[in-house]
Amino acid sequence: MNSTSKHPRPLSPFLIYRWQYTNTLSILNRVTGLALTVGFFLFVYWLVAAASGEETYATAQRFFAHPIIKLALYVFSFAFFYHLVNGVRHLVWDTGHGLERASARTSGWVAFIGSVVLTVFFWILVANVGGAA
Amino acid sequence: MSLRSPIGRVLGHGAAGEGVGHWWSQRVSSVALVILGLWFVSALLRLDDLNFALVTAWMAKPVNAVLLVLLVGTSVYHSQLGVQVVIEDYIAGKGTKLVVMLIVKFLHFALGALGIFAILKIAFGAGA
Repeated sequence: MNSTSKHPRPLSPFLIYRWQYTNTLSILNRVTGLALTVGFFLFVYWLVAAASGEETYATAQRFFAHPIIKLALYVFSFAFFYHLVNGVRHLVWDTGHGLERASARTSGWVAFIGSVVLTVFFWILVANVGGAA
Repeated sequence: MSLRSPIGRVLGHGAAGEGVGHWWSQRVSSVALVILGLWFVSALLRLDDLNFALVTAWMAKPVNAVLLVLLVGTSVYHSQLGVQVVIEDYIAGKGTKLVVMLIVKFLHFALGALGIFAILKIAFGAGA
């Protein structure tokens, strides 16, 4: 404890670095991951409802039709697509490629805009099929 | 001049004493989830409707049931690895960390078991 005053401890990067959109995208990967963990509860609820019979499933369908849950599904679907696309970005980084500043920024934009487009595209398809949720 | 013992270097487990096991598991499950996730989304979109009869009939098909089980299993596995890192990053107290970690891990396994059981019940029930 006393050594802290004599030798200042190093600070975490987030305390000393300028805020940039690339680190926002990085944090968003974690946030969407956690969102998917929460959203997974709904997925399992859907499975269990289907396994519990027609009545329980009807209750679940009413639950999923609720505006708040519907909004949550939009959020979870974005989280799904972002975590997926940005996850692939991370996998590419793990091979040692795309880590230069310029390419990391470009792939960041691609990941973010790409996942927004995928989310919108997904719900347009859902609306046209008249199926999901 | 390294201060690490020769045996430590040979084992390659690093400072955390665990090596790259956790990191690697996270990558492997992520690759699997790219495939399973894309399959699930496309399968969902190919269903005309999400009514009870159609959904359970779809889930009962062997390939769908197996892929769903893999999706649920891999998801909870990947998720608990990820949440574990978040807990390790943000919860400093040893006791709190242990308790939260146990709750999170148990919840993940319970959720996974519940999901997989539901799929199997539908799949095996359909044939009877």
